[in-house]
Amino acid sequence: MNTATDVADHHEHEHGAPSGIMRWLTSTNHKDIGTLYLWFSLFMFFFAGALAMLIRAELFQPGLQLFQPGVFNQLTTMHGLIMIFGAIMPSLVGFANWQIPLMIGASDMAFPRLNNWSFWLLPAAGVLLIATFFVPGGALAGGWTMYPPLFMQGGIAYDMSILAVHILGISSIMGAINIITTILNMRAPGMTMMKMPLFVWTWLITAFLLVAVMPVLACAITMLLTDRNFGTHFFDAAAGGDAVMFQHIFWFFGHPEVYIMILPAFGIVSTIIPAFARKPLFGYVSMVYAVASIAFLSFIVWAHHMFTTGMPVGGQLFFMYTTMLIAIPTGVKVFNWVATLWRGSITFETPMLFAIAFVFLFAIGGFSGMVLALVPVDIQLQDTYYVVAHFHYVLFSGSAMAIMGGVYYWLPKWTGHMYDERLGKVHFWLTAVAFNITFFPMHFLGLAGMPRRIPDYALQFAEFNMISSLGGFLLGASQLLFLYIVIKCARGGLPAGNRPWDGADTLEWTQTSPPPYHSFVTPPLVK
Amino acid sequence: MRLPNRPDQRVGPSLRAILAVSALLAGLLPAQVHAEFGLNLHAPATGLAQNIYDLHTLILWICCAIFVVVFVPMFFALIRHRKSKGHPAAKFHDNLAVEVVWTIIPVLILLGMAWPATSLVLSMKDTGKEDLTIKVTGHQWKWEYEYLGDDIRFMSNSSTPKEQIDGAQPKGENYLLEVDRPLVVPAGKKIRLVMTASDVIHAWWIPAFGVKQDAVPGFIRDTWFRADTPGTYRGQCAELCGVGHGFMPVVVEVVPEARFTAWKEEQKALLAAATANAGKTYELAELKALGEKVYTANCAACHQANGAGIPGAFPALSGSAIVSGDRAGHIDIVLAGKPGTTMAAFGKQLSDLDLAAVITYERNSWDNKVGDVVQPSDIAARRK
Repeated sequence: MNTATDVADHHEHEHGAPSGIMRWLTSTNHKDIGTLYLWFSLFMFFFAGALAMLIRAELFQPGLQLFQPGVFNQLTTMHGLIMIFGAIMPSLVGFANWQIPLMIGASDMAFPRLNNWSFWLLPAAGVLLIATFFVPGGALAGGWTMYPPLFMQGGIAYDMSILAVHILGISSIMGAINIITTILNMRAPGMTMMKMPLFVWTWLITAFLLVAVMPVLACAITMLLTDRNFGTHFFDAAAGGDAVMFQHIFWFFGHPEVYIMILPAFGIVSTIIPAFARKPLFGYVSMVYAVASIAFLSFIVWAHHMFTTGMPVGGQLFFMYTTMLIAIPTGVKVFNWVATLWRGSITFETPMLFAIAFVFLFAIGGFSGMVLALVPVDIQLQDTYYVVAHFHYVLFSGSAMAIMGGVYYWLPKWTGHMYDERLGKVHFWLTAVAFNITFFPMHFLGLAGMPRRIPDYALQFAEFNMISSLGGFLLGASQLLFLYIVIKCARGGLPAGNRPWDGADTLEWTQTSPPPYHSFVTPPLVK
Repeated sequence: MRLPNRPDQRVGPSLRAILAVSALLAGLLPAQVHAEFGLNLHAPATGLAQNIYDLHTLILWICCAIFVVVFVPMFFALIRHRKSKGHPAAKFHDNLAVEVVWTIIPVLILLGMAWPATSLVLSMKDTGKEDLTIKVTGHQWKWEYEYLGDDIRFMSNSSTPKEQIDGAQPKGENYLLEVDRPLVVPAGKKIRLVMTASDVIHAWWIPAFGVKQDAVPGFIRDTWFRADTPGTYRGQCAELCGVGHGFMPVVVEVVPEARFTAWKEEQKALLAAATANAGKTYELAELKALGEKVYTANCAACHQANGAGIPGAFPALSGSAIVSGDRAGHIDIVLAGKPGTTMAAFGKQLSDLDLAAVITYERNSWDNKVGDVVQPSDIAARRK
């Protein structure tokens, strides 16, 4: 009898996807949910990118032209918040959904229904966040870091944003639990932990970071909520509270959050480089340990975001030293990527171009991070455009460009079609050049003393701001080309075949392109 | 104390000219934009800033050296080890010796960086043996300076006219970096700043001094500087503090000690004159004229110059029930503020005369035509 039931169930699964809107609303399939995550994040990327265009338009010249300061502060705050929680994080979860089961030879994620719910919470949070622009008083305007007491002065949008961030946090925690369980329990026979592709390793460690720190963020914003609405005084000095305590709690989440956004990007780059160098990843074991060390260190460096708050000298020195230590595992990773390229047989398809640009530009962001780690120099540069330059080098040319490279790398697998290689290269060069025109001058602005988050600036900053704005407009426009290439590839193109990249050797390339709706129904044997 | 002895940190005329001309050619650069722009930290005016400058230069060169060491091999590989040049892929994927070496070398480099940084942190934190202590309080959006022990206390507001910000007038040389009353300190003396804030977190920053310190409500933080060369030094608030964050300059005038002593006497004389005038009665026109200035400096960022406010964020004063209603209610809200909102308790910030003037101005401007005059003595009576 059991056998008969099994056969019946099995038969049912073979039917593939239901059609129409219900396929997407009720999907428990990791590929469909991955696709949903990726489209959602692409939409949010364009929305938050449009906010950035408005910021650069206002900063094009000194003086107030387009927006009053209150609106400008909403633009910068929401640009940051949406890019982090709406664009970068969901896109990486999209990669995890699509790739982890395929790369470890599993048939799906461990908790398919939970997976459905993790995704469908996101549009609710996204709508809430976007809606805040239309409520009285406008959207969040105190910076994405939500520092009190400034946060106490906002309107209803502030409470709506707290709810939205809570929802996003719940989604992230569920997604992370799903990823951890999948990786630990559903690997194909023979795939030991140290045989997992590095992308899977980076996501395993990232998922642990998520489970550890998203509740901390939830605590911090819940305290904000009760301070605002229920008469508590956690952060109100007049009643014995401490505004700086919020910063400690927030950054205890915030710094691991930075690595949540970069570690899976490391994983993507570590997948692309060996494929196009046609050579195994150099130092796989040290790469795994480096990622784990970075994750550990991320918990003990948080106060380097707070060097100017006036902490005791012992605190400044401790956090300076721990921050400097991060350079060691990060350096190991960069050296290993270079060693992987060394004496390879290299070709430069679009994914490889993005991966190489990642190594080069992320390193610049790493160097400016070293500069900022030193307390005395940080005192000069804290809250200036130097910091804006630094985190865009690690988040845009780091995370976002790795994500774009990953999209080009796996699009043939996801859609079954090759993307337009020529247009892909045009998109890469436009992005890489425009990115540097936009953000490199910000180092100079910060050194010369331009504070961040200001709607108007002194005249000595005019030239670089204008250059930066022009670069920004080009960078924004170039991403429309990305959208076009992705849509074009999804709709048709040359057939990709099972393995369009001859250097790629992970399990997903053993499947058809696109893979069957239920892949690895029988687990592969990994030698 | 080492005197700053460094060539001007600005870019050379040729590069500046190229950049400016290329922008001008595009027809994009407004003619009034001609202030010098910098590529590096401000020219240091204190020993600490000099040390920070030198530390930054050192780190920058170390980073450049590492950059070359890492990326020259990478680009060599990218150029020479290509498939299109027929380069076959090697098979190696591990080398323990190499990996140990490139883990240990960074450790040594980091130790080399940490050493000078640590000693500089220690000296920046050494606020003892000061010659003069000034209490700095951040308000939305102005700085208050109080010379402890000298009974001198004043507000420092941005003095850039609104017309320049809105583009109705050409922008001045120190656009957004000028105040009505700068902080005045003697040259060559160790100045200790004790810092706090009344509403939200601000940050007091003068790049040329190498000093940036958050001003946190409810807490006192301290920092110090010693500037040897008389001159005017400019900076800005560095911590997002609301709609006026970009319009909250910090200006310090360093003067020879003799001039500082004279300046202190002037301030005390001004204060005495103000006290003597406490009981004086003013005319409506007089108060309105002064009130408009006070309004522009303290109220217009939120309630707007036309009194219309920003719907949803900041209430309108024009036609407001409080402003055109009972004067006691109007005076009370200005004195005590409204907790939980941006509305500050101006009773602690402004003099009786300024308060009387601004309240009179609000009651007789825009749609408000109450017609009454609030005298400084009325304010004093409502202060409990």
